[in-house]
Amino acid sequence: MDFNDTPEEAAFRAEARAWLEANAEPLAPGEQPASLEGRFDPEMVRKAQEWQRKKADAGWACITWPKEYGGRGATPIQAVIWSQEEARFKTPPNIFAIGQGMLGPTIMVHGTEEQKRRYLPPMLRGDEIWCQLFSEPAAGSDLAGLRTTAVRDGDDWIINGQKIWTTGAHYSKWGMIVTRTDPNAEKHRGITYFIVDMQSPGIEIRPIKQMNGMSSFNEVFFTDVRVPDRNRIGDVNDGWRCALTTLMNERHAIGGGAGGPEFRDLFRLARTVLWNGKPAIQDAGVRQRLADFYVRAKGLQYTSYRVQTALSRGQTPGPESSIGKLVGAPLRQNMAAFALDLEGAAAALLDRKAPEGALWQLAYLGSPGLRLAGGTDEILRNIIAERVLGLPPEIRVDKGIPFKDVPTGPRP
Amino acid sequence: MNFDFSDDQKLLRENVRSFLAKEAPLTLCRQVLETDGKYSTTLWQAVAAQGWLGTAIPEKYGGAGFGRLELAVIAEELGRVLAPIPFGSSVYLASEALLVAGTEEQKQRYLPRLSTGEAIGTLAHFEGAGDPGNRSLKSTVRNGKLSGEKTPVPDGEIADFALVTAKSGRDFGLAIVDLHTREVQREHLDSLDPSRSVAALRFERAPVEWLGGRPCGWDTLQHIFDRAAVLYAFEQLGGAQRAFEITREYTLNRYAFGRPIASFQALKHRLADWYVELELTRSNCYYGAWALSHEAPELAVAACGARVSATNTFELASKEMIQMHGGMGFTWEHDAHLFYRRARYLAAVLGPAPVWRERLVTCLERREEAS
Repeated sequence: MDFNDTPEEAAFRAEARAWLEANAEPLAPGEQPASLEGRFDPEMVRKAQEWQRKKADAGWACITWPKEYGGRGATPIQAVIWSQEEARFKTPPNIFAIGQGMLGPTIMVHGTEEQKRRYLPPMLRGDEIWCQLFSEPAAGSDLAGLRTTAVRDGDDWIINGQKIWTTGAHYSKWGMIVTRTDPNAEKHRGITYFIVDMQSPGIEIRPIKQMNGMSSFNEVFFTDVRVPDRNRIGDVNDGWRCALTTLMNERHAIGGGAGGPEFRDLFRLARTVLWNGKPAIQDAGVRQRLADFYVRAKGLQYTSYRVQTALSRGQTPGPESSIGKLVGAPLRQNMAAFALDLEGAAAALLDRKAPEGALWQLAYLGSPGLRLAGGTDEILRNIIAERVLGLPPEIRVDKGIPFKDVPTGPRP
Repeated sequence: MNFDFSDDQKLLRENVRSFLAKEAPLTLCRQVLETDGKYSTTLWQAVAAQGWLGTAIPEKYGGAGFGRLELAVIAEELGRVLAPIPFGSSVYLASEALLVAGTEEQKQRYLPRLSTGEAIGTLAHFEGAGDPGNRSLKSTVRNGKLSGEKTPVPDGEIADFALVTAKSGRDFGLAIVDLHTREVQREHLDSLDPSRSVAALRFERAPVEWLGGRPCGWDTLQHIFDRAAVLYAFEQLGGAQRAFEITREYTLNRYAFGRPIASFQALKHRLADWYVELELTRSNCYYGAWALSHEAPELAVAACGARVSATNTFELASKEMIQMHGGMGFTWEHDAHLFYRRARYLAAVLGPAPVWRERLVTCLERREEAS
């Protein structure tokens, strides 16, 4: 048992590090990497694309992809090593993750050879940015309840409806959309998956203002949007299978919960903020809470080491890989609440004068979203219960009947 | 990254598990619990015959010469079956303490008998309610004679010798005491977990020698506790995991309201949360095992993490086991209370979770100040 690379892994890490050192600037100690949060910024997109092209030219983009699409056929553990190394450098935020992490893999599994050759190389180079059009106002956790329709019209399909929680819709060239193509079929059987050009007439994009004041997501409205049939992924009415491939990859892509304050920030705060003239960490109650946070954060970190070990041994990680977000997101929220307790009345500030530059206030306001995006805590529990533990699903009232007869949204 | 047990260690696990499935069914734990038999001598002899008592004891002292990772594997399996034997007292505490702090002569004298199971050792530290720390300890050694009272002492009734924490003037050390001498009185105490025995030991000018030849100091005791905490954490993890498996099986096969109760989110979400705790605890335990087997400077922090995590999770597991079994889980004949009792026994014998949380933060502060 150790934390060392194998000789092959060490050689790969050295190669990655050498390239990064020659092409990027290391983060200063304690410096946070650039975040995706915030308003749309064309300059940020340009910088991100520039960095992505540089990586692609040197063979460091989407390294696990096959060589024919621009990757280097790297192993999963090499991908982990690459991302560990890249995270030590100042790089623009990764605005390509949804395409490269979720949609690219879906095209690889369900797309035609022609589609793979057309879409994957520019996705890898960052020339074309992608967004995911899955959730709807009445279909979030219950994604298969989606109501956006696609109706066949000659060689085209006509799309009408609304999508929501779409990251990067406003700077994406392409979107992956799941639509209802047969409302008379059972819920999961009448769904079809398309690639849609985001510049098509009839698409309207409106940013969503989140509860923390930021806008990371959009609503996207479709009014008679035309999509050619050659942009269909998989068979007509077989889109649920493709969507599941995307969602399986989403859990890998979102898993970590990157950025934001960590235990060491909480520990620093407890050592510096004063309670009755003494550092708060001298309070026995504070110490008990700190210990529990530490044990939880470390448990998560060491669990990721176990996942990496499985990858390093060429095995598929076990179910332990599924707990990251379910633990990490509530942990962030709870640490933020505790940090604000430590700050005393100053916790009420969301101001430059707030302690630690309002680090914990921002985490407090942002963390509820982490528990919802990419699978709510409750859906993740269902996934663990059913797929990992083999427990039976809930009794369903929406199976075995045509979709159009399933009640949805507000009480009918 | 190589943060898992090796193939050989996994093979060892399989062998230990199938051996214990035959030799240590839960009925054995229950038998000791119901007859107040102190421990199962048959299981103790069987375990000794397998060589497990000397797993981490070097061959020159009669052990098998494996490492702490192998010992951790065995600990987890013993935890799964709620083994009613003094393995923790004799192996994680007494043997490890001798290995860490004993003189060469002491090692030669005690370790061969510990590794065959001929002798049982224990460590006696607590003196009634609360946590003694190093300030309020009352037991003292004067002119090579120990006086004081220790309670509760795990396996104090059946041990042949004990390492007893004591002061000597301003010094602190571990005194080795032969428990068969006249100057030692043993009193049976009823145990919260009668499958594991506890006793009170009274020393009236009992002749002793210091572990290591002189008072070892408080830090050495902490180090011994840290090492034991990692191994006990694996027992706790094993117990929590087994409770989970039994309960999962039950919820799949128990029908109420016309369906398996495992299909209700009220239970399946709690089972998912329970599973998450088991995985986090396993990871913290592995880190402890790594630190222990590498004699790493991180051992103190790692041991605290494993201890806090495993104690919390075994308690959660044993509570949920009863709750999810409903009324049956509260009966004497159901096994749930064996887990509930063992969880609390293991939480107690090495000092409770709040003390370890406190120690964890102290260690983190020291590390921060050093850097």
